[in-house]
Amino acid sequence: MPVEPLFRALSPAKNTVRIEFEGASLAVPAGVSLAAALLASGVTRTRESAVNGRSGAPFCMMGVCFECLVEVDGQANCQACLLPVRAGMRVHRQRGARDLLAGDQEMADE
Amino acid sequence: MNEQTVDLIVIGAGPAGMSAAVEATVRGLSVVVLDEQGSAGGQIYRNVQQADAHQRRVLGSDYEAGAQLVAEFLQCGARFLSGAAIWQVTPERQVHFLIEGRAQILQGRHVLIATGAFERPMPIPGWTLPGVMTAGAGQILLKNAALVPRGPVVLAGCGPLLYLLAVQYLRAGVAIEALVDTSGTGDLVRAWREVPSALPGWRDLLKGLQLLATLKRAGVRHFRNARNLRVEAQEHAQALSFECGSRSWTLPASLVLLHQGVVPNTQISWSLRLEHDWSEQQLCWIARRDKDGETSLAGVFIAGDGGAIGGAQVARLEGRLTALAVAARVGAINAHQARDLAAPYRKALARQRAARPLIDALYRPLLQNRVPADEVIVCRCEEVTAGSIRQFVELGCLGPNQTKAFGRCGMGPCQGRQCGLSVTQIIAEQRRVPSAEVGYYRIRSPLKPITLSQLANEEPLTQEPV
Repeated sequence: MPVEPLFRALSPAKNTVRIEFEGASLAVPAGVSLAAALLASGVTRTRESAVNGRSGAPFCMMGVCFECLVEVDGQANCQACLLPVRAGMRVHRQRGARDLLAGDQEMADE
Repeated sequence: MNEQTVDLIVIGAGPAGMSAAVEATVRGLSVVVLDEQGSAGGQIYRNVQQADAHQRRVLGSDYEAGAQLVAEFLQCGARFLSGAAIWQVTPERQVHFLIEGRAQILQGRHVLIATGAFERPMPIPGWTLPGVMTAGAGQILLKNAALVPRGPVVLAGCGPLLYLLAVQYLRAGVAIEALVDTSGTGDLVRAWREVPSALPGWRDLLKGLQLLATLKRAGVRHFRNARNLRVEAQEHAQALSFECGSRSWTLPASLVLLHQGVVPNTQISWSLRLEHDWSEQQLCWIARRDKDGETSLAGVFIAGDGGAIGGAQVARLEGRLTALAVAARVGAINAHQARDLAAPYRKALARQRAARPLIDALYRPLLQNRVPADEVIVCRCEEVTAGSIRQFVELGCLGPNQTKAFGRCGMGPCQGRQCGLSVTQIIAEQRRVPSAEVGYYRIRSPLKPITLSQLANEEPLTQEPV
């Protein structure tokens, strides 16, 4: 879970919103990307490699590297660096490859 | 469909795309501009309108200068769709994109690819660990969220952006542990010798030297000619080790920011099967273009860093020239007018481009950081090492496309953006043939993640927002 943040804000955020990351509630700056919000809150790992479980974290911050893939409100493969943070977002680390059957189940439940 | 066809679709609202839109709308063309980001400006002028005074002061005057172009663009009458992720462009100039979760299609008479550049991957041992990011990422966090490193930070690699970010961090009051530079003073002499015609480039070079002087005055430790860089880590980056002079160094760092220049984002141009050439000068693929920016596919143009690295000023001028060519093509202006209007831009372009060979020679990334040692991961998505790629070659693998079959290299979510250039160069070196002969990945859509249900519900873009 969140540890010592890698980044600090130049000045305190004027507005914050609450999101959920891995079940924990976080107050994050408003008006920034989800990846920036997570980094500001001390989240240093945002996914686990589909191949060997290696921890991944935001790397390029511009939509190129796909290291910041997270699951947002049940939707997998979201690029956190391109997604503006929104109050109430429920965010999970993307773990491994997407399970097609689990995805079907989610849709059946809706 | 026909009444929704626009004269010019511009992909990317950076300096090239914005300038093209401004010029095209002045000539009376219908223009739609799409950008993946939430606001106009591209990477260089990211968030420039929203940035507060403190951010602007930290980021400097070259950044602030972008605000005027952004304002001009937003008022020019082009329709601007932000937050649009382009997942397919067809040779028939149909642009398919996702916006607010919906898939939409737009038909253009002409398409301008102005997707700019991204940072050249810098595969060194440990570069996949949390706590390692690119210098560009550090700068984006500064622009987008006014975030700066909290603990010890080391900047490593080469190129003007690395120096610029170091100076911006200084202005923000961030203590920089060190600047670990893979280029050295000898490179300057070599570059001058290699590029004797670069006298007009002196001004650009001076800018770099001024940044270095600022860092020196501030007492930032600057290691030159650094070799064998390695991120030391448990689960998270803890230090950067390297060799400099005849000594080994290990500097503590909770954050290591890597950078070794930028390369064109060729994802769309490759997916369209446009002609590309390998550039030994820029060590990347360059789409073939004529003087107006038109590619090997009629009606499809490229302007700015997405074509070849030239910087923001070159991008602005190329955007203008493409817009004038398109205006002449649709009959908004005649050929004489187009030529006269283009003349001053062409003159300025020649001047702006003059410095580039010198900059490329001066900040040429090291071979060992492009073609890394066996143990280094090259394809981050599928965790494929340089050693594995060399083994594939020994088994008969001839080019990047075959590495997919051998070991899934390049088949992850980034679709080769992070490994493509390294894979080409590793194979070229192992086979002892030029990179041009090795080729590149065959890029296919979807270029961005799209769900089946989004695809199933795809529809043409409505004329104007409802």
